Amino acid sequence: MLAAFGMPTARAATKAAPRVVVIGGGFGGASCARLIKSADRGIAVTLVEANPTYIACPLSNAVLAGLRPLEQQKFGYDRVRADGIEVVHRKVTAVDARQRTVRLDDGKQLSYDRLVVAPGVDLRFDAIPGYTEAAAEVMPHAWKAGEQTLLLRRQLEAMKDGGVVVMSAPANPFRCPPGPYERASLIAHYLKTRKPRSKLILLDAKDAFSKQKLFEAAWHELYPGLIEWVGLSSGGNVTRVEPDTRTFVTEFGSHRADVGNVIPPQRAAAVAALAGVADQTGWCPVDPVTFESKLQPGVHLIGDAIIAGGMPKSAFSANSQARVCATAVVDLLRERTPATPKLINTCYSLVAPDYGISIAGVYQPANGLLTDVPGAGGVSQLDAPKSVRAQEAVYAEAWFKTITQGVFG
Amino acid sequence: MIRALVNVPKTARRGEIIEVRAMIQHVMETGYREGPNGVTIPRNIINRFVCKYAGEEIFSAELFPAISANPYMAFSTVATGSGTLTFEWTDDQGETQSTSAEITVT
Repeated sequence: MLAAFGMPTARAATKAAPRVVVIGGGFGGASCARLIKSADRGIAVTLVEANPTYIACPLSNAVLAGLRPLEQQKFGYDRVRADGIEVVHRKVTAVDARQRTVRLDDGKQLSYDRLVVAPGVDLRFDAIPGYTEAAAEVMPHAWKAGEQTLLLRRQLEAMKDGGVVVMSAPANPFRCPPGPYERASLIAHYLKTRKPRSKLILLDAKDAFSKQKLFEAAWHELYPGLIEWVGLSSGGNVTRVEPDTRTFVTEFGSHRADVGNVIPPQRAAAVAALAGVADQTGWCPVDPVTFESKLQPGVHLIGDAIIAGGMPKSAFSANSQARVCATAVVDLLRERTPATPKLINTCYSLVAPDYGISIAGVYQPANGLLTDVPGAGGVSQLDAPKSVRAQEAVYAEAWFKTITQGVFG
Repeated sequence: MIRALVNVPKTARRGEIIEVRAMIQHVMETGYREGPNGVTIPRNIINRFVCKYAGEEIFSAELFPAISANPYMAFSTVATGSGTLTFEWTDDQGETQSTSAEITVT
């Protein structure tokens, strides 16, 4: 007991290397670990990530539409290790924010001075009656890239021409706000080119969505009559699914699908609850300057799991937050006061392989949250010519190469 | 066009308790908001909803500005016999929107 309490003080007195543990090796966590290490090589950094291979979500909608191999989404941690970061492929079984320790599933315990948790999301299999993990093998979510992406692709490939694809999108907040609409677009592209008598119905638990005007204009132009979007006020809220018949039941009717894709509500991944940093919403409140948890001192959070105010849950956001969080962690360890940050997000969406649209935003702390900087950012022009859409599709790919190079390369 | 949606079981046993759902697309403008030009946007809400079963009123509601856009109501009733359920929404201009659904009771 005494030793446990005495440890941090004793280390501070002797100026031993400060220790940072990062949980989660995605766009947020892997970046943050590397940025802390590169800012101050005197800090010992350990990255804990269950999977030896990371499968990136951005552009995975192109994978399920048959436009891209899944292999291009996979990244390893060799370069992260080469930076002098200890990478541990283990699951976290406990976090003790008071003792400042993390326990792993091999029984090992890691001590830290500052912990960064970048856990991503868990899909809520308790939110839509009938939608269990077993049901996801019949009606894939494909909201975490990997086997689920390939399963949905195989189902689309096996579907007969004239079939009906039904998707459901959750209420806010959720990972990748434009994602369901990009997915509907790219599935429509597949259907138009391969199975032109087919149809796609998108049942939505909300009445407005990201880049809505751009998506709707593009659907009208590229896929007339193919995509039917049913918003909340038109009865789009899914209250139950029946996997045996691939049926979506809404408050006012039901839709039987040949291929059914359920994007269920989400919450911060389980390790957040384990660490006591998620609140009753299932998400994690943070200080917008340091990204330190409002619930547990010494624990920082970044990425999709946090309550970020105006900032969307995206890979780009997670990466922006990683930069700010890394600087804050180093400052706090070196007893400096972190500066007030500005953060950027950009999200590209593909509506067709040669048709991209984007949204950008700039955010700053205000009233305890991250808030849009008025007048900064914006979306692609509604009346842009084809050449601009084609350019944006190229930028989307370039962005993916750049960010993955930065995080894993 | 204003869109109204209702959900009534197509069939039920006599005496069975059934759930009835109704939703109408409506802005439910409170009358408290200002437009971009600084002028108050006039109140425009659905203020009354009535459901009749075989001509008899079984459910009604008064609605107020605190109720959100696209008001959604669900209630239960007893399936007394085959017939028509009618639904009526009345707004501040006095205009009424209606729809109906059939139920077969055995």
